[in-house]
Amino acid sequence: MEGLALLSQEPPQVKHASFTGQRGLSDRALAWLFVGPTILLLLAFNIFPLLWTIWLSFTNFRANRPNADTAWVSISNYQRVLNDPAIWENMRATAHFLVASIALQLLLGFALALLLNKRFRSHSFWSTAILLPMMLAPAVVGTFWKYFFEPQYGIFNAIVNFLGGPGTFTMLGDTQLSPWAIVLVDTWMWTPYVMLLLLAGLRSIPPYLYEAAEIDRASAWTTFWRITLPMVLPFIILALLFRTIENFKMFDLVDQLTNGGPGSVTELASIKLKREAFEKWRTGYASALAIIMFVSIYGLSLVAVRFLDKVKQR
Amino acid sequence: MRSIPHSPLEPSARSKWFAGIVVIGYALVSLIPLAWIFMTSFRTPQDAIAYPPKVVAEQSLVGYVNLFTTRSRVSAEELAALPPPATWYEGLVREQQMILAGPSRFIDRYSNSLLIGFGSTLLSVVLGTLAAYAFSRFRVPGKDDLLFFILSTRMMPPIAVAIPIYLMFRHVGLNDTHFGLILLYTVVNLSLSVWLLKGFMDEIPREYEEAAMVDGYTRWQAFLKVVLPQAATGIATTSIFCLIFAWNEYAFALLLTSGSAQTSPPFIPTIIGEGGLDWPAMAAGTTLFLLPVLLFTVLLRKHLLRGVTFGAIRK
Repeated sequence: MEGLALLSQEPPQVKHASFTGQRGLSDRALAWLFVGPTILLLLAFNIFPLLWTIWLSFTNFRANRPNADTAWVSISNYQRVLNDPAIWENMRATAHFLVASIALQLLLGFALALLLNKRFRSHSFWSTAILLPMMLAPAVVGTFWKYFFEPQYGIFNAIVNFLGGPGTFTMLGDTQLSPWAIVLVDTWMWTPYVMLLLLAGLRSIPPYLYEAAEIDRASAWTTFWRITLPMVLPFIILALLFRTIENFKMFDLVDQLTNGGPGSVTELASIKLKREAFEKWRTGYASALAIIMFVSIYGLSLVAVRFLDKVKQR
Repeated sequence: MRSIPHSPLEPSARSKWFAGIVVIGYALVSLIPLAWIFMTSFRTPQDAIAYPPKVVAEQSLVGYVNLFTTRSRVSAEELAALPPPATWYEGLVREQQMILAGPSRFIDRYSNSLLIGFGSTLLSVVLGTLAAYAFSRFRVPGKDDLLFFILSTRMMPPIAVAIPIYLMFRHVGLNDTHFGLILLYTVVNLSLSVWLLKGFMDEIPREYEEAAMVDGYTRWQAFLKVVLPQAATGIATTSIFCLIFAWNEYAFALLLTSGSAQTSPPFIPTIIGEGGLDWPAMAAGTTLFLLPVLLFTVLLRKHLLRGVTFGAIRK
């Protein structure tokens, strides 16, 4: 499994006694000089804001009234967030989006990877063609999909109706359809990503395993379940991990495509956060929500990294 | 070895055909949206909202003209009283019962995107190269924890730190400035830049620098004259990834800029002018905005996997 460099061991550090009397700065000073600016910037623009958010989440501060008195309100912002039925609706919408989009992407991405691994002629050209959507700006993708979803002249509706669709339907205006519209666009955009990872997984499987299976006359089914799937599993988990984190944070695509609507059926946690923080200016409340989201994402990634290690040790 | 059906090693001709047809089918369907946006950019506003949608339509540059200009509507009598249009694009404006009012803000927003994209890429790649070299070659205390910390900054939802950053920027006057966004995108890209470049640096044999240092180079000279040229591919790859991120970023740009420093992503949705129906102009803006990214993606295809997994998967 040398493809997974993240999990592999560091090359051994050899200390060279002959270099200790060098001219110029010592290696230790140089190391700090090289790493220092990066660490300082990250502290200033990530850790400091994070701590500030934590502090704000315990206050009733409002960013549109910076000069008003700010009071310490203890954990009441958190209580309000967790007792707010609207938040649970947002969480449900987020969960629907996460589960549906990632399940679709894994299925489609794995199928495409298995097919591309047959190395038919021109397969590398077509895999590049498939990869294009994932590099685009999600906000702009959201904008032009709005055009495709137009009920009268949208190309998406025209194609669905050409294939025997129901005639008139409004993907972005219907409370039943709109959650699926964001799943569809996200799947269009990110299936290539899963495909790319799983294809790397398939290509990292040592051929001798398949040769052994052929000598044992194992069926294609057995070979898939006993060799292909277990060997690709770390890559599936990595894809799952990256996609979950990205989609939990996802803001730009949905902000442009539906802006949380109609009503709030596609109001994901991140859209809710924007509304509370920058439209209603409930800074303290929004900060509490931000911390809850951050902790969930962080916890999720820690679990996934653990699992990845476990799978790798087998 | 005897050929066995369904072998993953040597697929039969029939399964190759099947795989090819399904994959090409998927690719073609998934490219319809991009093709459609491109085609829409060369249509007239009337054709863009035709029902049912037209596959073949009259070709027109009116989308691009509307993208780059602002116009005002005039009555037929006023239009008739005007002298003939001086330029071809003025003619296209007149055909819409309008007169040219001036340039639009598209070029400003596009240059903002370029300036902020290149500025932040330069900074994050320079800082990332230094840090990656140190992590790759030196004994840095707590190295694994530091590297994990750097990666973890990427997990933070932008909206979660946007509140204090908004307050910070407002306090020091960085709201709606190019420098503010450059600084912010530099920081967001640092995790990617350090992780990717560390992977590339690890692949450069340290014997080269050691030989140079035996020859009397200092560590710094060896880094500049031996390591950097070897890392050129890695640095170029990392730069393109940083550039694409900054080019595509929307959340911070939306919240922290409103006018002079606004980049393209928050601007493009606002193009859809009068009556909310100027789809060709929106499509033209989208086409010009996406083209560089599409070109870079094709150039990068060998390194895409590495870039999108922070160097975790290399092959």
